[in-house]
Amino acid sequence: RTKTQNFCRNEYNLTGLCNRSSCPLANSQYATIREEKGRCYLYMKTIERAPFPRRLWERVLLSKNYEKALEEIDENLIYWPRFIRHKCKQRFTKITQYLIRIRKLTLKRQRKLVPLRRKIERREKRREEKALIAAQLDNAIEKELLERLKQDTYGDIYNFPIHAFDKALQQQEAESESESDAEKEEEDDEDMDKREFVEADDSDLSDFEDMDKLETSSEEEEEEEEVEVEKKASHSKSKGKTPLKGPARRKRPYIEIEYEEETEPSTKTKAA
Amino acid sequence: EKLAAKKKRRKEREALGDKAPPKAIPKTIENQRVYDETTVDPNDEEVAFDEATDEFAPYFNRQTVPKILITTSDRPRGRTVRFCEQLSTVIPNSHVYYRRGLALKRIIPQCIARDFTDLIVINEDRNVPNGLVLSHLPDGPTAHFRMSSVRLRKEIKRKGKEPTEHAPEVILNNFTTRLGHSVGRMFASLFPHDPQFIGRQVATFHNQRDYIFFRFHRYIFKSEKKVGIQELGPRFTLKLRSLQKGTFDSKFGEYEWIHKRREMDTSRRKFHL
Repeated sequence: RTKTQNFCRNEYNLTGLCNRSSCPLANSQYATIREEKGRCYLYMKTIERAPFPRRLWERVLLSKNYEKALEEIDENLIYWPRFIRHKCKQRFTKITQYLIRIRKLTLKRQRKLVPLRRKIERREKRREEKALIAAQLDNAIEKELLERLKQDTYGDIYNFPIHAFDKALQQQEAESESESDAEKEEEDDEDMDKREFVEADDSDLSDFEDMDKLETSSEEEEEEEEVEVEKKASHSKSKGKTPLKGPARRKRPYIEIEYEEETEPSTKTKAA
Repeated sequence: EKLAAKKKRRKEREALGDKAPPKAIPKTIENQRVYDETTVDPNDEEVAFDEATDEFAPYFNRQTVPKILITTSDRPRGRTVRFCEQLSTVIPNSHVYYRRGLALKRIIPQCIARDFTDLIVINEDRNVPNGLVLSHLPDGPTAHFRMSSVRLRKEIKRKGKEPTEHAPEVILNNFTTRLGHSVGRMFASLFPHDPQFIGRQVATFHNQRDYIFFRFHRYIFKSEKKVGIQELGPRFTLKLRSLQKGTFDSKFGEYEWIHKRREMDTSRRKFHL
């Protein structure tokens, strides 16, 4: 409803507004343009056929050619009131324009709207949450990574052979020079391959909890000896290797402190 | 009533002490899962043969290097754009191109001409990405997913930096059936075949009850039995809607698998991936 006019609900209406002059029910001589399946028809209603409702509306197919169709409208509606003729032509023009637009749009990509179903959406959301809880992703990932470590997919970068460390520990406790020399040589060899890991290992082992364990303290001893030698190398590496965890990065300054405390573990082992 | 029964059982167990029978295994949906006949046996020869000859064979034989094109639907909104950028940092050798009204059918021959191996289209709805179309380009299968629960990097609680350019490792969990296997291989073919262990990054696709969770972590081995992971990178969940044999074609494509809601959603214990 516009401010001043109503819409007419009659399908044979010419203008679409409810007026005395454009109501098909109120006028006994009336004409409209309607289109079906892309073809336009001119519908006419005359007084003579008023008592025959079935034959009331006469239909004329208009040609597809725009100008020819206009001429056809003119010749069919000759001697009809100007208002109806004019409005018919206007309506015809508008209809052909929107038909053209439809044809153009169907050639382009259409956006198909698929309605979501609320119940299903809710169901899916809930199932997803439950699946997430059941999945326990972090644990699964950790397990998988450890598996891969065991199966040696990482090759030689990670240095965790416990047996080697135990041996090293025993050798340390014995404290014979030749053994420590051999150790150092072995470690140097290992380190040539595993430089990056040594650096990372440092930062991990600077956990204060781990410092209490003898194994790790022996490791620290070994690594601190090497770190002294390769201090510069490790520093440059630490700068290059930024993607360490936050806590690891914080502990890098602590590494320097460890140099001072270096004598402590050795005193511990001596005491033991 | 149940509580009473439970208490009784516990008392009995304590009373028996060491001779008590082992605890009953709780029933989970995974345990009760309806047996799917297309589950892949690790030693299945037919499957192995299939995999050697399907579209991913050149990738797994290291003949092709993955090159990925990420794009969106029309008029991507800010969130989607940022998500695309983050995705492109996660997947090495990927490029983001915007699409202003270009038909997918016309993009595809162009991509093939420029040597892309995979195409990812992120569909968005109401400022949020909600669909993902992944198609392997030289005539490969196309998978259409519904994406939900997208978290950008700043929304994840962590303190890490952004992913570096190293090739991440790939973990594919729980892809058991034939369908799951092919989808898993699709994901694997996005990443370069040789992960750089220096980078210590891992991308995980974990399938659970037909939902695929994607996570991107950085790991560090604290000791032999302990690994720490830190989440960086976006996360999202996918649910497979359909798998087409050829490249993306909504009308004439040959569908290998479609999710039919009426048939497939009836049982709570039946999963397809």
